Amino acid sequence: MTQKLIVIGAGMASGRVLEHLFDAAANYDVTLFNAEPRGNYNRIMLSPVLSGDKTYAEIVTHDADWYGANGVTCRFGERVATIDRAAKTVTAENGEVLPYDKLVFGTGSNPFMIPLPGHDLKGVIAYRDLEDTQRMMDLGPDNKCVVIGGGLLGLEAAAGMAARGVDVTVVHIMGHLMERQLDEAAGYLLRKALVDKGITVRCAANSKEILGHNGHVKALVLDDGTELPCDLLVMAVGIRPNVKLAQEAGLAVGKGIHVDDHMITSDPDVLAVGECVEHDGVIFGLVAPLYDQAKVAAQTLMGEHAQFVQKELSTKLKVTGCDLFSAGDFADGEGREDIVFRDPARGVYRRLVIENHVIKGAVMYGDTADSNWFFALIRDKTDIADMRDTLIFGPAYQGGTPLDPLAVVAALPRDAEICGCNGICKGQIEDAIAAGATDLGAVRLTTKASGSCGTCTGLVEQVLAVTLGDDFVIPAAASICGCTDMTHEDVRRMIKSQRLTSMPAVWQECGWKTSCGCHVCRPALNFYLLADWPVEYQDDPQSRFINERKHANIQKDGTFSVVPRMWGGITTPNELRAIADAADKYMVPTVKVTGGQRIDLLGVKSEDLPNIWADLNAAGMVSGHAYSKGLRTVKTCVGTDHCRFGTQDSTGLGIKLEKELWGSWTPHKLKLGVSGCPRNCAEATCKDIGVICVDSGYQVSIGGAAGMDVKETELLLQVATEEDAIKAIKAVTQLYRENATYLDRIYKWMGKVGLEWIKERVETQQDALVDRFELSQSIYRKDPWAEHAQTKADRYQPLANLALEAAE
Amino acid sequence: MTEWIDIAPLDDIPKRGARMVKTALGCVAVFRTTTDEVFALDNACPHKSGPLAEGIVHGNSVTCPLHNWVISLETGEAQGQDQGRVATYPARVEKGRILLDRAFLRAKAAA
Ligand code: SRM
Ligand SMILES: Cc1cc2nc3c(=O)[nH]c(=O)nc-3n(C[C@H](O)[C@H](O)[C@H](O)COP(=O)(O)OP(=O)(O)OC[C@H]3O[C@@H](n4cnc5c(N)ncnc54)[C@H](O)[C@@H]3O)c2cc1C
Ligand code: SF4
Ligand code: FES
Repeated sequence: MTQKLIVIGAGMASGRVLEHLFDAAANYDVTLFNAEPRGNYNRIMLSPVLSGDKTYAEIVTHDADWYGANGVTCRFGERVATIDRAAKTVTAENGEVLPYDKLVFGTGSNPFMIPLPGHDLKGVIAYRDLEDTQRMMDLGPDNKCVVIGGGLLGLEAAAGMAARGVDVTVVHIMGHLMERQLDEAAGYLLRKALVDKGITVRCAANSKEILGHNGHVKALVLDDGTELPCDLLVMAVGIRPNVKLAQEAGLAVGKGIHVDDHMITSDPDVLAVGECVEHDGVIFGLVAPLYDQAKVAAQTLMGEHAQFVQKELSTKLKVTGCDLFSAGDFADGEGREDIVFRDPARGVYRRLVIENHVIKGAVMYGDTADSNWFFALIRDKTDIADMRDTLIFGPAYQGGTPLDPLAVVAALPRDAEICGCNGICKGQIEDAIAAGATDLGAVRLTTKASGSCGTCTGLVEQVLAVTLGDDFVIPAAASICGCTDMTHEDVRRMIKSQRLTSMPAVWQECGWKTSCGCHVCRPALNFYLLADWPVEYQDDPQSRFINERKHANIQKDGTFSVVPRMWGGITTPNELRAIADAADKYMVPTVKVTGGQRIDLLGVKSEDLPNIWADLNAAGMVSGHAYSKGLRTVKTCVGTDHCRFGTQDSTGLGIKLEKELWGSWTPHKLKLGVSGCPRNCAEATCKDIGVICVDSGYQVSIGGAAGMDVKETELLLQVATEEDAIKAIKAVTQLYRENATYLDRIYKWMGKVGLEWIKERVETQQDALVDRFELSQSIYRKDPWAEHAQTKADRYQPLANLALEAAE
Repeated sequence: MTEWIDIAPLDDIPKRGARMVKTALGCVAVFRTTTDEVFALDNACPHKSGPLAEGIVHGNSVTCPLHNWVISLETGEAQGQDQGRVATYPARVEKGRILLDRAFLRAKAAA
């Protein structure tokens, strides 16, 4: 006997159920309700419709003919209002009551709308159905749109609208895009590709409220006060299974409608498929598992035995020009290893996570041609031990001998491009070598190859090696650390020339071999990035040595020392009293006068740091940065105030200098001295920068040392006024910040570039250097102690105290 | 049977960072990696007891703040030329919370 089947929702999952039923000629008389005023279409193709690559007609999966041929009673644009499970009937919105033998839920999910103030304004929409898509398509070129959410959906919406000329900004709360599918490195490449499409991307941005005008959306306001004007605001921040109707009908519901392995709900005559279900604690948001569910549900309806099994999933983004793929679990973990491959020139990134010779997860960007092969290895848990060395290069490289990089270069044709920046081919380099250029420098000079961004340096050297044979030994330039083959200089050049403003950007573009650097390269990169991009780059405390992270010097027993600033070595009775009180209050074991004209409180416990700082702050004192690769002390002598030989106010100038320069980060520590006359009581001529006051003005000299090396400073210039001395010192400090290798004191840097090189720039570019220094100081000239005491004090406490937990 | 103790929200530890947990028998450092894995180790370097929680975390390793030994977060073993090992304890993340195995208190008592 023909049974009555009612299906709620004409979506992708339920559509597939019906296809299976009709293919098998099952004996069901179907009534199909759909809240949308249309039948089933391929929802995932809304993105190509939005971008103009497809039309709606092309993505319809079931048309009127299909429903007609299969005898489906279509009730489109009509919702099921209630269900009476005891009577086995459903009630439509118009009050009509229909009996069923079997009922299938395919109600999908609802987009989540963040309940920000203003979320109910006109022009605030989700991205879920054809209506939403149409709203976005109707937004003409040059209108502004803000998309909240940098996941799959949000980015497809953004790219689709950008393709139509809309001015799009994506606001994402996390540090990088698609953080659930991608790691930072791939997220960086994706962001770059989107920015190239003209999309503005704001990560780590928290939305605060939506402003309206006459009931229509006008702008989005972020936490930090930034206002992003918009004519349309799309929220794509996640979905929630649509379970309301099922809940009201008394079915078992958790996050989704509970189903067993046969897709049967808590009522044996009611089934559910698609995004509305919860199976074994999991809910679904991609179609692959939904299709599996649909097949199982159809078989169950036909009385066959079938079981739904959850499988490994993979993700791709349907935005042209953004080739990315992610699958499996790519978290680091116990016993897991990473294989990372980066090809900066082609913008390719691949990462495999391996455990016990099996690939657990993969992230790929830029070249995803082999993704299916990798996905199969993950799904089938293939043992990859034998191909481990060449695995990352993909299937084409398996089974052969590992590639010798020199053989690859030797095999390149003469017209193969070696230097992308200057368009230099292998043949031109060979010709230059034949004409007598037998080292890298000579090749660079005659052909310009590797002279711009420098990433092809290794390749050029390989061409030299292949061409000259044993006559050329590839020089092993000292790389920063094992994470990269690049030197400090190469990396700094890349950061500037390629405008790299984040650590993942550097890792990618400079071919880092590890996923997130190490204790050697990270502090260096953190400095380079903040020195070159003070506004764009956010300082990363996790890439700093503990002293700079906690703004105190760690001692051998794990306690810390606290050194407040005494500007130019001048203090007051009040400051001394506050220091004495703090020493008593926090039971500081040692109080010492330092070699830098100030007082050190040694042996303070980590937990006490924010409190002792707050006490010192209250007495007007700030951090002395005795722990930083940055400005330390400006040592002074008493000068004209008291000394019978003093020529200028050395104490006053010292204080001014310290107040202008404090808080600035430098490649290594920076110490200054100002002496009131050539007797030099402030030892200015063995400091990084020294000033000797003379009758006619100020002699500014640099490059002194009195640590592991002892050196006298050399004269940079002599100026007539205090103001000029301060300007010259700011300029040379900025030049040092912009050019020196991390951990080179000024004298080491000067040894490399020469005093003349420094002099020329300080003289000709002084104003620009000072401007850049001031820009940076507008961000960094502040007291970290006050900031930490006020906003980060909890970070100095233990995470938890289990001392009272029983250890039975 | 493992009995998990809820310690704190994962977000209380910065990515590539660590915090310390006090126990009656000494301090344990809890690390969070780039990929939001957590690890628990004695907060004392095998070299000269440096506080590992203050080190720089990279990959699944931490560099000791005192003399730069690199310690594996998975095994507690010193890497490279250096020899030594610190005790590790079970730790995991569930629903954004850090959990430690209560047995680690007992293990510390036995050690
Ligand atoms: C506290 C102090 C010694 C004192 O009791 O006087 C001191 C203490 C330390 N110095 Fe120093 N230096 C101190 C003045 C000096 C001076 C003299 C000066 O500044 O006039 C020098 C020689 C000048 C110079 O800077 O070169 C000096 C040359 C060094 C060096 C060698 C630097 C070099 O490039 O050769 C190091 C090692 C390093 O930085 O890599 C160092 C490193 C250290 C460290 C930070 C060692 C460490 O990494 O843990 C010491 C920290 C102790 C602590 O826990 O607080 N300290 N150190 C002085 C603090 C001055 C201040 O008020 O900030
Ligand atoms: C723009 C976009 C792009 C996507 N891209 C991809 C992709 O690339 N890959 C991928 O795997 N997945 C993608 N997805 C997700 C995929 O589309 C969904 O997983 C899939 O459509 C869910 O199918 P479903 O049948 O469960 O629900 P739906 O397709 O949402 O169908 C549910 C239907 O039920 C109706 N309904 C709800 N309540 C009632 C009621 N009470 N009465 C009557 N009808 C009701 C709704 O109106 C709706 O039409 C994308 C989604 C969107 C929006
Ligand atoms: S001289 Fe050596 S021992 Fe003395 S404070 Fe400086 S670094 Fe420490
Ligand atoms: S105490 Fe850790 S390296 Fe010395």
